[in-house]
Amino acid sequence: MAEQKKEVLVSVKDLQQFFNLGKKDEVRAIQDITFDIYRGETLGLVGESGSGKTTTGRAIIRLYKPTSGEIMFNGKDIAKLKNGSKEMQEFRRETQMIFQDPYASLNPRMKVKDIIAEGIDIHHLAKNDKDRDEQVANLLELVGLNPDHATRYPHEFSGGQRQRIGIARALAVQPQFIIADEPISALDVSIQAQVVNLLKEIQEKRNLTYLFIAHDLSMVKYISDRIAVMHNGRLVELSTASEVYNHPLHPYTKSLLSAIPIPDPEVERKRRPQPYDSSMEEDGQKRTMVEITPEHFVYAAAGEVEGYKAAAAAYNA
Amino acid sequence: MSKILEVNNLEIDFHTYAGEVHAIRNVSFDLEKGETLAIVGESGSGKSVTLRTIMGLLAKNGEVVNGEVLFNGEDILKKSNKELNDMRGNDISMIFQDPMTSLDPTMPIGKQVAEVLRIHNSVSKKSAMEEAARVLELVGIKDARNRLKDYPHQFSGGQRQRIVIAIAIINNPQILIADEPTTALDVTIQAQIIDLLKELQTKIDTSIIFITHDLGVVAGIADRVAVMYAGKIVEFGTVDEIFYNAQHPYTWGLLESMPTLETNTKRLHAIPGTPPSLLDPPVGDAFAPRNAYAMQIDTEQEPPFFQVSPTHKAATWLLHPDAPKVELPPEIARRREIWKKMNPETKKPQTTEKGAD
Repeated sequence: MAEQKKEVLVSVKDLQQFFNLGKKDEVRAIQDITFDIYRGETLGLVGESGSGKTTTGRAIIRLYKPTSGEIMFNGKDIAKLKNGSKEMQEFRRETQMIFQDPYASLNPRMKVKDIIAEGIDIHHLAKNDKDRDEQVANLLELVGLNPDHATRYPHEFSGGQRQRIGIARALAVQPQFIIADEPISALDVSIQAQVVNLLKEIQEKRNLTYLFIAHDLSMVKYISDRIAVMHNGRLVELSTASEVYNHPLHPYTKSLLSAIPIPDPEVERKRRPQPYDSSMEEDGQKRTMVEITPEHFVYAAAGEVEGYKAAAAAYNA
Repeated sequence: MSKILEVNNLEIDFHTYAGEVHAIRNVSFDLEKGETLAIVGESGSGKSVTLRTIMGLLAKNGEVVNGEVLFNGEDILKKSNKELNDMRGNDISMIFQDPMTSLDPTMPIGKQVAEVLRIHNSVSKKSAMEEAARVLELVGIKDARNRLKDYPHQFSGGQRQRIVIAIAIINNPQILIADEPTTALDVTIQAQIIDLLKELQTKIDTSIIFITHDLGVVAGIADRVAVMYAGKIVEFGTVDEIFYNAQHPYTWGLLESMPTLETNTKRLHAIPGTPPSLLDPPVGDAFAPRNAYAMQIDTEQEPPFFQVSPTHKAATWLLHPDAPKVELPPEIARRREIWKKMNPETKKPQTTEKGAD
């Protein structure tokens, strides 16, 4: 995280994802999304429902065919790969997803070991049955589950344990990059911390890169190195976690931060929510991500840059 | 201060194929007029079951083994269905978690709001609609008069939750039960709904029972807090007592596992393990297997409530005079410091006589 040269793993440029293109009910889900993810870091993606954070995640992992734009992964443009091609298959192995709902994302009719090993089978990563079982056992151990439970079915596990199974499945094919789409939102508070700790631990062990999508801002701040804030299908602010939290520049980020409930009655009594008026975005001005201070990007029109720069300077004064 | 609701020694079992589930194990609490009581706990801790019992909505396989629920002195558990129907939506009403499923998708919202009024009062259709429009304005639906004929799908999630709240408050209930009313909503909308509930409380002078697992929300809305674990209340106190002077290790665990925006530690504190099965509740303190501070006695005998102050009690053996002094987790120690600043005259947390604020 220091000043050393960071290697870019994923680079998204001008990504657009429209649905029902050209029809009456065209939806412009995300527009002009541009950001990089460095190898080994966690990029948190926050925003309210409908802001396009899940669409962004799914477009990057190519569950959608992007309308336009570039998604460079390890130097290859993923957006142009054809389904079923060799490169696509390789990309599918290198990138994995962890889903929100641990109840809906595991096939109830498959044994845990078959759920976890499905990717191993598809990519022919096991030499024989014994090797496959061993890999599954190691994965279960890695995520803190009992390897003896490999022959059980998902319903025999609690929500937190199921989410661990989902994590083991993602890790089975030795990916480099994991997109976690609200992986803890469906879990109980006391379990959330366990799963977040596990994700961090595995990241260190395997040098993984995460895109962590969530709306729980305090958890995102905790797990992320950098944070991207989305609103209305656009990225509005991107910087290191502490910059975004301590020196927010875009009014939407400020509003979002002011709404977080803090588990501290004294702080809550003093809280003043800052409403956000989204009409400022629709004044027809062309906006791009502008680097206001080093590594701190804000979605701004040419005329607004000076204002943001002054605000950033005021923080440091 | 008058007590509007008293729950005494409530015990509820569910008959299931797997056996008897002891979902509620001796729960007692009271609710005062005009206050907000938050009940915190994870899924399966019994918070929703408790509230459904207050509403007379216990599932068919549930059985009240023991206890009483006194609403204005009358036991709700003894009421007939008709009496319950008169009470529900009128004296006590409920806001459900999911605004997407708790409205009828085939009925215009004006009619849904007015329906509750018409069931409990003899008012004309026209004046009921007038009143519905007024309440919808009150909860922040703009231009409500012209939207009475709109259907739920024409509203956003936050607006739908406002409509659900309008239905709940149109009869000026004495108690409003909110079962995780903001969990399905975004933070910004959540903040608006909470502010709305606070505002309404002063306007219609109702008591609120608020169920949630989000301690941040609790800190913002509650006057008093009950922490539930495995079918029991383990700690009960004013919001300041729970957040700054918590005594039960489970409450500590909850407070520690929430990252505050200042948290910079390498690892989050996690409560190890999972909650016990209530099919066969453990002997002693149900939290003992997950509790780093557990002592021998925790596995043998259930801790009684120890009174910390007139308003604060906790069921943990750590409060017993013979218990060893434990070193508090850093986050809890930090909160105790705030507590000391707020109450400079009290040195030891265990003093029995302490004025509540």
